[in-house]
Amino acid sequence: MIKAVMIINTQGKPRLAKFYDFLTVEKQRELIRSVYGVLCSRAESASNFIDADSIFGPDSRIAYKHYATLYFVFVFDSCENELAMLDLIQVFVETLDKCFTDVCELDIVFNYNKLHTILDEIIFGGQVLETNSAEVMKAIEEISKLEAASNSLTLKTVSGWRNR
Amino acid sequence: MASPSLMDHLFQRTLDDVIKGLRHQQTLESAFIAKVVEDVRREIKSTELPTKSIALQKLTYLNSIHFVDMTWAAFHAIECISSPNFAHKKIGYLAISQSFHESTPVILLITNQLRKDLKSSNEFEVSLALECLSTIGTVDLCRDLTPEVFTLMSSSKVFVGKKAVGVVLRVFGKYPDAVRVCFKRLVESLESSDPQIVSAVVGVFCELASKDPKSYLPLAPEFYKILVDSRNNWVVIKVLKIFSRLAPLEPRLAKRIVEPICDHLRRSGAKSLMLECIMTVLNSLTEYESAVKLAASKIHEFLVDDDLNLKYLGLHALSIAATKQLWVVLENKEVVIKSLSDIDPNVKIASLRLVMAMVSESNVAEICRVLINYALKSDPMFCNEILGSILSTCCRNVYEMIVDFEWYVSLLGEMARVPHCQRGGEIENQLIDIGMRVKDVRPELVRVGRDLLIDPALLGNPYLHRMLCAAAWICGEYVEFSKNPIELIESLIQPRSVLLPSPIRAVYLQSVFKVLVYCLHSYLIQSQNVTCDLSLKVPDVSSIGVETSVSASLKATVDCEQDNLRNSNQSYEDLSILDDGEGDSSVSALLGEKSLTHESVINLLNLIESALGPLSGSFDVEIKERARNVLGFVDLTKQELGDLHIRKPNVNRKELTASAIVELVHEAFSKELGPISVSSQERVPVPVGLILNENLAELDEICGDVQLPSTSSSSLVSPYLGETAGFSTLQSKQDPELSNEAASLLAEHRKRHGLYYLSSEKKEVQTCDYPPANDLNSSTNANDDTQDLVKLTDQSFVLKRKPNHAKPRPVVVKLDEGDVVPLSGKKVESEDDFLSGAVREILLGSEAIPATSTIKPSDKLPSRKKGKEKVNVNLHESKENSAEGEKPDDENPSLKRRNHRSHGKERSRKSSGKKNADEKQGNEDKEKKKSRHHHSRHKAQPRADMPLNVDAQTGIIPDFLL
Repeated sequence: MIKAVMIINTQGKPRLAKFYDFLTVEKQRELIRSVYGVLCSRAESASNFIDADSIFGPDSRIAYKHYATLYFVFVFDSCENELAMLDLIQVFVETLDKCFTDVCELDIVFNYNKLHTILDEIIFGGQVLETNSAEVMKAIEEISKLEAASNSLTLKTVSGWRNR
Repeated sequence: MASPSLMDHLFQRTLDDVIKGLRHQQTLESAFIAKVVEDVRREIKSTELPTKSIALQKLTYLNSIHFVDMTWAAFHAIECISSPNFAHKKIGYLAISQSFHESTPVILLITNQLRKDLKSSNEFEVSLALECLSTIGTVDLCRDLTPEVFTLMSSSKVFVGKKAVGVVLRVFGKYPDAVRVCFKRLVESLESSDPQIVSAVVGVFCELASKDPKSYLPLAPEFYKILVDSRNNWVVIKVLKIFSRLAPLEPRLAKRIVEPICDHLRRSGAKSLMLECIMTVLNSLTEYESAVKLAASKIHEFLVDDDLNLKYLGLHALSIAATKQLWVVLENKEVVIKSLSDIDPNVKIASLRLVMAMVSESNVAEICRVLINYALKSDPMFCNEILGSILSTCCRNVYEMIVDFEWYVSLLGEMARVPHCQRGGEIENQLIDIGMRVKDVRPELVRVGRDLLIDPALLGNPYLHRMLCAAAWICGEYVEFSKNPIELIESLIQPRSVLLPSPIRAVYLQSVFKVLVYCLHSYLIQSQNVTCDLSLKVPDVSSIGVETSVSASLKATVDCEQDNLRNSNQSYEDLSILDDGEGDSSVSALLGEKSLTHESVINLLNLIESALGPLSGSFDVEIKERARNVLGFVDLTKQELGDLHIRKPNVNRKELTASAIVELVHEAFSKELGPISVSSQERVPVPVGLILNENLAELDEICGDVQLPSTSSSSLVSPYLGETAGFSTLQSKQDPELSNEAASLLAEHRKRHGLYYLSSEKKEVQTCDYPPANDLNSSTNANDDTQDLVKLTDQSFVLKRKPNHAKPRPVVVKLDEGDVVPLSGKKVESEDDFLSGAVREILLGSEAIPATSTIKPSDKLPSRKKGKEKVNVNLHESKENSAEGEKPDDENPSLKRRNHRSHGKERSRKSSGKKNADEKQGNEDKEKKKSRHHHSRHKAQPRADMPLNVDAQTGIIPDFLL
């Protein structure tokens, strides 16, 4: 089971935080802070895994990857394979890259909703559902189309008001 | 009328605007957020969904990234998901899955909307609803939506189907009865032709099996097929995870899977799969030597890989191997020890644990020396990690690993010299513990204690104060082994001792008292020898009236010093009034050369007086009282000692008084303290009619904030309460001593004959002991013991330890079961929860057959098949009428729910029919499938035939396994 997914920038600002168990905002803030505290103290050449028992309770590990200004962090338990989680981070980032062509922090900052849509296609209620970024892209495109269609509908109604 | 909301909408800030705004507000971020939230509160009330949804979107963003509360917007989120517009719906669902939880009051309002969306023809709407359910599903939601989920599980669209499978995990977790509805289809999905579905199902089973592996044993054949056939590493990894839980339950299963796993291990290039195979072998297949060897070679590859991740995971794997296959760790000894100086703190800690796992009786000294050197070089955190693990490893099972206690005690002393040492508390406990348990090492302990006490630098490190406390206590308690008691007193009252916290100072003072008494006593004995020449004997104390009263009061002082302070002080005073001797005198030339001179004693008394004088006005009662005790005693003896050596042959009664007091106090102090079992208190039967809790309950309110001294593992009374508590427990100490008598006799015997079996000795101690106070505990302890012993012997085999120790291991006093600290990882027998109960019922039929290795299916099979036929027929006949009645609902089902159920049923009837058709063409080669087809063909009602189907399955596993 995956317990949480976070994207934190190198200054410690969260860019995405998804917890698969409900947590109060205070708790979320605390967890993100402590994760960042551990991350920024680690040497660049250190391994990508951290024992997170002290942060997330027993049987929890962290796999993370550092891309430019961002840390991608997955928190999971013993039902997941560590190296598979690293691969999954890779899948996630690849998908983002395909979606935004050469993804950078700014894309992630401004596309909050799309980020969630992508993540939800990969991880579903804490379970890994899709590991093929092409499949994910297919779904994302469909969903974006649908969203755009319904939004243009809204615009029509607004313009309708305007004509009134 | 539309205009205000239109205005709202036109001038509403979108999420992008908010994000841009936030980026420009570097300093006043919180003010900006507050402003946005204010806007949101207004906008969200709008009747226009576009306005409302954008407001909600902004709030959701702020909630997730800036931790703004959004619980108040729950109802608005529900309004958004009921919009026909997909974009609004999506915003609403995101908000709900982010902010709703079990106790959100409006959560039940979404049931109908979820149902509607689950039935939607738009697969993306369905997906939104499934996702929501998988994150926030409550008992009620899961119960009410089970039929819809069931239907979706066989959806033709993979996009929906895989998510429906995924949501089953949540549904089962919250509403176990759903198993009766969905489980069969879940099992069928294992053979789905679509890899995405299979992947999702295997994921669900992996989670389920991690909680209760037993129930899923009957599915082993299906998993085996995937293990052998699947080419998808993700799926194989998950199946391996399942097998590593199942294999320990069923030895025959382990035998079957060893080969395929080794195959994967040999062939696969994917490191993740390799890692999983290694883990499975080390966790569950340790009996298969060839597999373990293969895994070990792969671990070695990981360890020497340049990729730090692989190295870390390799060490992690080693730490799993350490418990059962220590040789794997030993083979990679160099890598492990090298990793101690890795840059990655996780790698360092992992390798430290491994190093500690390699410790055995024969190499403990070596390893500790290496580690202490590492500790000297490393950062404070890791340094203490090292010290901590040395301490905890060495004290395991009452120091079973330590042979040379003198070495260990001096190691403890050395730890204080490690600059970053913060483990004073643990060292304190062990010093005292060893002092009490190991008689032979006391001289060394006192030497170490002295070294610690006389070093003024140590007083500056607050982390070491507890350790100094132990040193002080030891030097007081075992002062008879000291070479130079006067030096001890000097170090105990050195000026820098003001740096100590008052409870520890109190221990220091008490030790001063003890050492002083010892000095005076030995001085008096010397002078007695002198007076013996003059044919003078100390008369019996009780023969003199005055003295008895004094000694009585002194005894009382010893028993409970604080209470009787005033009393005894008075008696000191009385005596001092009676005294009229003067101090100046020449040194007695008759005293032995190395022993105390009269002058040195007088000097000592003066020194104490001047050092403790200021303390008699201390604000801390403990210090004040103890200081006064000592001062009073000094006062008393000083004047008499003056007399003593200018004494004439005719006896002065007063001086006898003094020496008698010294004698008495010395006697009281020289009573030995022993370890006491943690459970000794429990063994005292509660007198009939005494209700222990009732009257004291109120005390909690009064002294709730008073911190009780934490008892250490050996239940040693906390050192600064040492004296009083020690004496008061003297009586209760008798019991363990009795029980230990046999053990120590045995040990004596072995020592004499040069035999020392650590292992058997341990058992002896256990057998000759009390029946354990609490059975559960003792049984787990016994397990721990044996495990540890196995480990120990393993180690000694591997390491070819030198057979002859320079000296025999001293006797270590052990108590009953209370001595061995119960490990925290006590195995909790997982009680059958609802879910596993339900699953087992489905898989094994209602007769609960334990799915363990005890099944002898070959015997059972024929008879059960017969029975099955019968049931089959019965069910056939009664199916239609009893369908509703069969529902295993304990709660009274509402009318509404019943309706939904029947809905679901109709659908399922259709879909399962279809499914059958699919399956028929698919695979007809396997018998078990035929049987399943057979059942499902005849029964559209999935629930009714479930048990039968499962019977068929249980019948098959043995075939597979045997």
